[in-house]
Amino acid sequence: MAFLEVRDLVVAYGAIQAVRGVSFDVEQGQIVSLIGSNGAGKTTTLRTLSGLLRPVSGTISFDGEQIQKQPAHSILSRGMAHSPEGRRLFARMTVEENLRLGAYTRKDEEGIAKDMQRVYDLFPVLGERRGNKAGLFSGGEQQMLAIGRALMSRPKLLMLDEPSMGLSPIMTQLIFDTVKELRSEGTTVLLVEQNALAALGLSDRAYVIDLGRTTLSGTGHELLADPRVQEAYLGEGVGAE
Amino acid sequence: MSTFLSQIANGLMFGSLIALIAIGYTMVYGIITLINFAHGEIFMVGAYGGLATLTYWVPTAVVAQWYFALPIALVAGALVAMLVAIAMERFAYRPLRNAPRLAPLITALGVSVALQEAVRVFYPGATAAIPFPPLFLDGAFVIPIGDGVVIRYTGVLLIVVSLALAFALERFVERTRLGRAMRATSQDRDVARLMGIDPDRVIVLTFAIGGALAGVAGVLYGSYLNNINIDMGFQNGIFAFTAAVLGGIGNIRGAVVGGLVIGLVRALGGQYLPGGTAYDYVWIFVVLIIVLVFRPQGFFGESERVRA
Repeated sequence: MAFLEVRDLVVAYGAIQAVRGVSFDVEQGQIVSLIGSNGAGKTTTLRTLSGLLRPVSGTISFDGEQIQKQPAHSILSRGMAHSPEGRRLFARMTVEENLRLGAYTRKDEEGIAKDMQRVYDLFPVLGERRGNKAGLFSGGEQQMLAIGRALMSRPKLLMLDEPSMGLSPIMTQLIFDTVKELRSEGTTVLLVEQNALAALGLSDRAYVIDLGRTTLSGTGHELLADPRVQEAYLGEGVGAE
Repeated sequence: MSTFLSQIANGLMFGSLIALIAIGYTMVYGIITLINFAHGEIFMVGAYGGLATLTYWVPTAVVAQWYFALPIALVAGALVAMLVAIAMERFAYRPLRNAPRLAPLITALGVSVALQEAVRVFYPGATAAIPFPPLFLDGAFVIPIGDGVVIRYTGVLLIVVSLALAFALERFVERTRLGRAMRATSQDRDVARLMGIDPDRVIVLTFAIGGALAGVAGVLYGSYLNNINIDMGFQNGIFAFTAAVLGGIGNIRGAVVGGLVIGLVRALGGQYLPGGTAYDYVWIFVVLIIVLVFRPQGFFGESERVRA
């Protein structure tokens, strides 16, 4: 059984089905991407994985246990952290407060302090401005803080929703380099991206989601070479929002 | 001069009472964007809870000593009000958590009437005003300015207790882990859940704190005015709600400042403006309207959320 196993997930907002059959696996230590166009159901899938939405049907098993009926606040302590689309920082709180909230479920003050330092080492700009309000930061800095906040729970699986959204190519590169670094330290990453080119380049495995269904899968390089992917996601429309 | 200073003192006393009630309105609004119109009744229930404890459950010899009676009444009033507030959240508002916003608002009005009627029917003698012991040094001292400014001890108690609690609460919200969870839930409930925060627990905590403060306010009100009645929640609830809006709803410091401003406007307006105390509501709402015209978000409210 895979580390994270999603089977036949169906999620609806009222009468509208946003996800109509998503299935995929994530193995421990991998970077796995879900790619697809705007509105394909990627974000809905992530929100369901982290318990913010209830699936109509389908199963999610994580680390050997079915979690599709668990409330969001208990899913985090099982080891899944979710950095949501659009960063969603606590804008009126400082960098340090945001990071502390990321570690909300932990009680080990020493470990928290150590992990906070690790985030500051990973993103020095956050350390320099730890007392500043998060809302005043640039998009790239906010993304760093969003990732740092998600790391503060010491997740086994880190879910990142559109981390490159609105970022310059240089900043995108920096964020993706960090994601690779996290993998090398043993964190499993589930990445949702519209920037398919960048995402596929670093993914061990990727799935294409189209109209709420997983339609294609393969290693990152296989999908990069796949003409169907090239036509739909790597042509002129790359990264278009 | 001494009249002016007396009215300033009266204003601050009444204002700090209103501030303590206003905190409950503003906190609940901050977390679940509900104007809890039943909050005034929580204040009223706290006063009756404190009085009932002194009257029926504590030996008269103990009550006779204010240094026993005061802490007992404050704690009892806070506890009763807190329990009623928790029950109200659990049974009246939580089932409507995902309902359109009008539904809990109307429910709040219903809870308000229900609590008033419950006290009227079940509390012995509550159909009329009931005398309330001073719970503190009765009487007053005189500050020798002009003809002398008379300050009642119970008024000083009111100011000291209210401001101390407001200060402690702000420290709690700003400095502690639970306080941070409350602010997080208020700013973005879904993301708070992603941090492992259970919003239901934060919401209960918010009602509990607001309720306890209102209960303390109820007992202090009784000790200051020496009688209580079942309408006290409605009248002062309106003032407190206005204070919360004036200060910037959702903001604790704003609620305190709003409360003090309302106290001062009421006391000074009653003294110096035509019509006197008969028009105190008018002056308060005139100030509210003027402030909202020029600063719709209130004194401390944020005009626009900082972009995240």
